[in-house]
Amino acid sequence: MRSPRKKLAELPIDTRAFDLLSLTMALVLGLHSTHLPWWLSIALALTLGWRWWQRRQQSGRVPRWLKLPLLALLTLAVIAQYGGIFGREPGAALAVGLLILKLLETETIRDVRVGISFACFALMTALLFDQGLIATVVVALGLLPVLATLRALEPGQLSTSLPRNLLPALALSTAALPLALLAFLLVPRLSSPLWGAPSPNQARTGLSDSMSPGNFTDLLTDDHPAMRVSFEGAPPPADLRYFRAYVMWNYDGRSWRYVDARHVRARETAPIEVGTSIQYRINLQPTQQRVLPTLDVPLQAPPQARLQPDREVMADKPVNDQLSYQLRSALQYRLQPVLDERSQRLGLRLPTGFNPRTLALAAQWRERYGSDNAAIVQAALNLFHDGGFRYTLAPAPLGRDAVDDFLFDTREGFCEHYSSAFTVLMRAAGIPARVVTGYQGGYWNKYGDYLLVRYSDAHAWSEVWLAGRGWVRVDPTGAVRPERVSLGAAAAAGDQLAWYRNDWLQGLRNRWDIVNRWWDQGVIGFDALRQRGLLTPFGIRDTDTATLGVLLAISSMLFIAVGLAWALLRRQPRDPLRDALRELERKLARKGIARRPAEGPQHYLRRAARALPGQRDELVKLMNNYLELRYAHAEPPPEPRHAFQRAVRDFRVVNVVK
Amino acid sequence: MLQRIQRWAERRLPALTRYRRPESLPIELHRRRIYIVPSGFGIGFSVLLAVMLVGALNYANNAALLLTCLLGASSAASMLVAFRTLDGLRLSHIRAGHAVAGQSIELTIAFDSSRSRNAIRLDLADSRIAFALEANTSAQVKLTLPTVQRGWQPLPRLRLWSSWPLGLFRAWSWLHPDQSVLVWPRPETAGPSPHAPANDARHIRLHRGDELAALRDYRVGDPQRHIAWKASARHDNLMVKDFEQPQSRPQWQLDWRLLGGLDNEARIARLARWLNEAQAQRCSYSLWLPGNEIASSSGPLHYAHCMNALAQLP
Repeated sequence: MRSPRKKLAELPIDTRAFDLLSLTMALVLGLHSTHLPWWLSIALALTLGWRWWQRRQQSGRVPRWLKLPLLALLTLAVIAQYGGIFGREPGAALAVGLLILKLLETETIRDVRVGISFACFALMTALLFDQGLIATVVVALGLLPVLATLRALEPGQLSTSLPRNLLPALALSTAALPLALLAFLLVPRLSSPLWGAPSPNQARTGLSDSMSPGNFTDLLTDDHPAMRVSFEGAPPPADLRYFRAYVMWNYDGRSWRYVDARHVRARETAPIEVGTSIQYRINLQPTQQRVLPTLDVPLQAPPQARLQPDREVMADKPVNDQLSYQLRSALQYRLQPVLDERSQRLGLRLPTGFNPRTLALAAQWRERYGSDNAAIVQAALNLFHDGGFRYTLAPAPLGRDAVDDFLFDTREGFCEHYSSAFTVLMRAAGIPARVVTGYQGGYWNKYGDYLLVRYSDAHAWSEVWLAGRGWVRVDPTGAVRPERVSLGAAAAAGDQLAWYRNDWLQGLRNRWDIVNRWWDQGVIGFDALRQRGLLTPFGIRDTDTATLGVLLAISSMLFIAVGLAWALLRRQPRDPLRDALRELERKLARKGIARRPAEGPQHYLRRAARALPGQRDELVKLMNNYLELRYAHAEPPPEPRHAFQRAVRDFRVVNVVK
Repeated sequence: MLQRIQRWAERRLPALTRYRRPESLPIELHRRRIYIVPSGFGIGFSVLLAVMLVGALNYANNAALLLTCLLGASSAASMLVAFRTLDGLRLSHIRAGHAVAGQSIELTIAFDSSRSRNAIRLDLADSRIAFALEANTSAQVKLTLPTVQRGWQPLPRLRLWSSWPLGLFRAWSWLHPDQSVLVWPRPETAGPSPHAPANDARHIRLHRGDELAALRDYRVGDPQRHIAWKASARHDNLMVKDFEQPQSRPQWQLDWRLLGGLDNEARIARLARWLNEAQAQRCSYSLWLPGNEIASSSGPLHYAHCMNALAQLP
């Protein structure tokens, strides 16, 4: 025997519920379309639209012979696109596809409930791709059609329009917001994942550990924040805002490559003599790489990271989540005052058989300036400055002898080209040199007192070793385009500015970045560590899981109590007429004429009139008014009622002189 | 299975069935008689929430965690809404229709409330209905109740429940109004006619009388004084006033005492059939029952009166 409840769940749904369900699905699809392949998004959107139209014409499940091939097609498409069905992207694509296909067979209440539950899950997976403020808010708004659909499943409602269906859902989730925030604060975070490694959060890769001409272009046009830096004290001047990430020694004629110290015979960390230093904190966006950019040359590594031989900082694990670290860096320093023999050899090594004209030029300089290395550096910078070089993000392609082509033919490019060519020139002239990549510049947000560094601030420069000065930073790009150093890549690109980069829009974006920073630090970055320090203001230094659990339980109780109070609240219908009579009774009772429990208003007021002969007429009038208002109408008309209330208010019991 | 558990629970857990005793109308629902549990879907949904929570925690994705918390808190809040859907609802009165034993009787149940409410469901025996209430109005809900035998049949318990707004929780309350419905006796299917005056009135259905019945065309032989001159002036041919005397409806005297040799129920069934026939032929009739004598009359009220008297016989 089937239970009656089961039968209820198998009742067919009405058009409104189906419309709302379709809306939910469309929203989920829209949220995921940012990372789905475009053809899949369009195909799924068409399926959704067709099904919606088809069910409006005639309700009924889509036949199986259509459904099964579609399912197979979806699986094949996902496998063809991603090469499998496991993982974040293929998993999400498959989930969204299945969700849309579920719509094809949605006819009963049970189907809708299954679909909606799945849609909730799909909404959540959208946050695996982007957990920014806007994405989160949009996903949270996606809960509105979800809740509205569930509401629409209940039979026997007062009918409303479709937008008005969403309003109660908004009210419900708004009312639930405090409890949600509390739970968010107090749900104990895991200090290590229960299973698997967390999948990468962002598709953005940031800097790469190799540099070949052209691979910065994507980065230089990416305006997303890479990191935010707050300084103790004044920020360093603009021309010192160099954030080192990779130091690259190896050049194969085409690209520069960073060699991880783990893979080669370890060198000692380069010694440093420090002049002035600065303390700061960096909040790094996830990069999926181990490198931690640091301002210039750091003095020590933050926890869970190591200082490399050239004083780059490598974290022990790839940065998959936002990371915040504190550092002290030298601003004036002498790095590796004495160059060991191996570094000397590495710093001069060039691939053989490349760039003959460059080598010739370097040899020519060496002849002209003798042993004055600084003069050779200056000659190279002068060449860039006066040699007709142009800064552009879209340079002409280079041939096999890339540096030769760049120096003598195309003469256009951006930081990678300049730093690469400069370093090759220096090595050819016998000066140890290396390429450094990282970020340069950034936007000082004066409202938030922090430096915002974007991916577009990625930069490459050179370091040359000069006797007595150690490694000296030389930025050949600055020789061509000083604005690149002082104003940033966007300003240096000059004529290539797009319309959306004008000033006020930039200003708006920078203000908006404060909100993003707050979100990133306060919400996204609220991890197990921060949670343990949650109660520090209340004197509890380390909040453990048990305390959190107890707190969560207690405060949930509190919220439940508030909710119950609301649920149990019953507004008694006000009766202004009775209230007015009560007032009159109180006035009379003060003179000893109290109304007896079994006494009607007429009898009582007659008695009062007899007891107060001086106000007999007044009382009789009040009584008649009351009886008229109370018994002559179903609902007392407002105007005479107000008059009665006024008369009662003005009534004064005059002391009887007996 | 479920019903057996339910019956067992009612027997064993008197606290849950405190309101089984019939109570007089109106009945107002309040917090001490509204129960609430998660529905099957609610349990499934909480499993989903748990999965989402663990996933968000495992991947240290705070945005997803926030979403999960929001969804969870909304679900929890929906429990209070479900409670409020029933709290303060008033069952003001119940009106019953007429039905003979074995048929379903129609009940009109009136609810009122000071708030507007949605998706309240009412289960009575096998019939279920969902309705909504606007603020400060009364809703008339019609339900049918199967009947078995004639006489007073007490109303069974009504289950008033709601899974509003999200279907995650099910709030319910049992109402047991102290009210009975009167079920009329079922007439026998066939049997003799009543001992009534000769029933040949049909042959003299139309005969001249004093009351003007209609105008008709002139036929040869019609008396001149019956011609309607004024009406004829407006027509091409002569019109004649047709007179009719009201049909002398037969008087039926239905008497319990005349049905000797039958047992009580058979007598009642026969009388019920005669009442039906009399009502169908629109004749007037009187009914004599032990301890109850109903004077001759006609019309639906009289019929109901007689049937009620029959139904209430011991």
